[in-house]
Amino acid sequence: MRHVLSVLVENEPGVLSRVVGLFSGRGFNIETLNVGPTLEDGLSLMTITTSGEEQIIEQITKQLRKLVTVVKVVDLTHLQSVEREMVLIKVNAEDERRAEVLRIADIFRCKVVDVSGNDLTLEITGDQGKIRAIVSLLQRFGIKEFARTGTVAMRRSMQVD
Amino acid sequence: MERTGAQVLLECLLQEGVESIFGFPGGAVIDIYHHLPEYPALRHFLVRHEQGAIHAADGYARATGRVGVCLVTSGPGATNTVTGIATAYMDSIPVVIITGQVPTPLIGNDAFQEVDIVGISRPCVKHNYLVKDVKDLAWIIKQAFYLARTGRPGPVLVDLPKDVLQAKTVFEYPESISMRSYNPNLAPNRRQVRKVTELLRRSRRPLVYSGGGVISSDAGEELTWLCRTLRIPVTSTLMGLGAFPGDDPLWLGMLGMHGTYAANMAVGHTDLLLAVGARFDDRVTGKISSFAPSAQVVHIDVDPTSIRKNVNVDVPIVADCRQALRGIREELEICPDLPDWSEAHQPWLEQVGEWQRDHPLRYTFSEEPIKPQFVVEKIYELTKGEAIITTEVGQNQMWAAQFSKFHRPRTFLTSGGLGTMGYGFPAAIGAQVAFPDKLVIDIAGDGSIQMNIQEMATAVSYNIPVKIVILNNGYLGMVRQWQELFYAKNYCSTCMHLNPDFVKLAEAYGAAGFRVTRAADVERVLKEAFAVPGPAIVDVVVEPEENVYPMVPAGAALTDMLLV
Repeated sequence: MRHVLSVLVENEPGVLSRVVGLFSGRGFNIETLNVGPTLEDGLSLMTITTSGEEQIIEQITKQLRKLVTVVKVVDLTHLQSVEREMVLIKVNAEDERRAEVLRIADIFRCKVVDVSGNDLTLEITGDQGKIRAIVSLLQRFGIKEFARTGTVAMRRSMQVD
Repeated sequence: MERTGAQVLLECLLQEGVESIFGFPGGAVIDIYHHLPEYPALRHFLVRHEQGAIHAADGYARATGRVGVCLVTSGPGATNTVTGIATAYMDSIPVVIITGQVPTPLIGNDAFQEVDIVGISRPCVKHNYLVKDVKDLAWIIKQAFYLARTGRPGPVLVDLPKDVLQAKTVFEYPESISMRSYNPNLAPNRRQVRKVTELLRRSRRPLVYSGGGVISSDAGEELTWLCRTLRIPVTSTLMGLGAFPGDDPLWLGMLGMHGTYAANMAVGHTDLLLAVGARFDDRVTGKISSFAPSAQVVHIDVDPTSIRKNVNVDVPIVADCRQALRGIREELEICPDLPDWSEAHQPWLEQVGEWQRDHPLRYTFSEEPIKPQFVVEKIYELTKGEAIITTEVGQNQMWAAQFSKFHRPRTFLTSGGLGTMGYGFPAAIGAQVAFPDKLVIDIAGDGSIQMNIQEMATAVSYNIPVKIVILNNGYLGMVRQWQELFYAKNYCSTCMHLNPDFVKLAEAYGAAGFRVTRAADVERVLKEAFAVPGPAIVDVVVEPEENVYPMVPAGAALTDMLLV
């Protein structure tokens, strides 16, 4: 099962390779990994999506907590949380198809961030389902380039059953 | 007063109570060596290979329970310690490794003797540091020692660039440590402890399975109290030998691949397995699905990652073993209507006793060639368990574990997790440095002793009177045994055709050398070797194709044993 882990780490050189090395060295899988500094000095937040059986996920979270540079690990999977990912898609949009691409972009509330005679570059944010949906819709026009950030996630303030 | 980084480091070591450093100089650490004579309280032992230094620091740590210290230069000096770091990591041994590094402006430039040792060692250290500013040096050293010895102990590496060692600062040793990301849990959860006492009360066939954690947390006494009071039989891992007295009737011997019949059968039939400071290594469990099939499992370990890593656990207790065992004792002492333990466990103890009687460890004696097990027995007889025994890795190690008895913690030093050939001799040097008046014996094979034999020069030059007993069968015996049993006797590359003359080798280094070929001479020669004032090698020519039994083939159930 897919899990989203929110990992607070000391912001110091080598911390990323400690985390990544833990996954590769123990044969765990990373699907996406996103890192950025927090508002608190010296701390960074990583969002890691991974998958595996419960026992593996338990090992991953425990092993992460054991790293001296890891301050906190939260598995967001069983909590209500907000998940977003940003993607840049450069899609074929020659004259006769341009309007159709723009219509799809509009439906998905994408932003057009670059344009040329032959293509459009769209910026889209959303959860994994939304990203999957627009990618599958745009594929028939031909996607030239594709760049994604990986998931960032946060626990919702209200945990309503 | 301003001091250089090198002096700050040495001041820190003094503050940490370090007495002995095992090391090898080089360009990057020359500043440390330059200032070393100013600190006569820090004894430095010059080894002949950096692997010797780290194993010696590790042996010192295992024998004393204190942090071992190893000091090497950058590049090859640093990489030569990696095997020893991994050895200490796998066995949770507190060691601080100081490595030199090229000056900070050269880092990343492929400078002479530059290597990214922080990167290389990352998977096999508890933590590591690259010091970039001399102002950080003191607190980093303080943290390094703290991390090495607390929680689940382990090796911590500190990489010191040459310009940091030369830069000046005012030395101030921090008084306390606060790390928001490192707070090992030591006290057991009360509710979990209560669950354990409840299980103990109901169990009719309990078994204690203890490991190295009992030794590193000094919980031997608590363990012994629990087992003797509740009349619970005890088995342990290789790493746990010595925590429970080896001459107690409740002692079953080691379990696992080369464990005793009684220990492995007990695991197969217990209804309550109390695992204390052990991590369910594959050499212990055999086939996981048939490990302790009818037992509820209690697992006490200070490291949460050990719990449920390999086996399912009914009652996990994340705590220091000693505190957890004390917690159980306190809970039992206030518990009303406890059963009469002797009575409750009598049928179980009888069953276990029957297994012990029917299938003891044994071998067939022969006068010539000598049986290796006989040599180990003789060593035990002569030392009565008072010596510190180290081992190399392989058959020699298993026979040492099987045919000696260990009565006290920290008297059996062996590379358990990593299985590092070449460990025993330098580790013995480290242990002997800590206990100059004790008899320290490395039980070795002819293969593994050659992996760090150069340390004989260290032993001779500091008159460290370690005794090496080589069980010389002319083979890489354990691999040969596997080839015999599972690979149709294809003895490919396991015959040591050209062993040196170990007696002459000892003499070439200035040590004493002895050779024995007949069982009748073993005792006399061992006595003679143990009595010489300096280091000695006893080359015992043993039966070449003797095997270690019992044996559980890799991946088989523990109760599926090959007996003699």
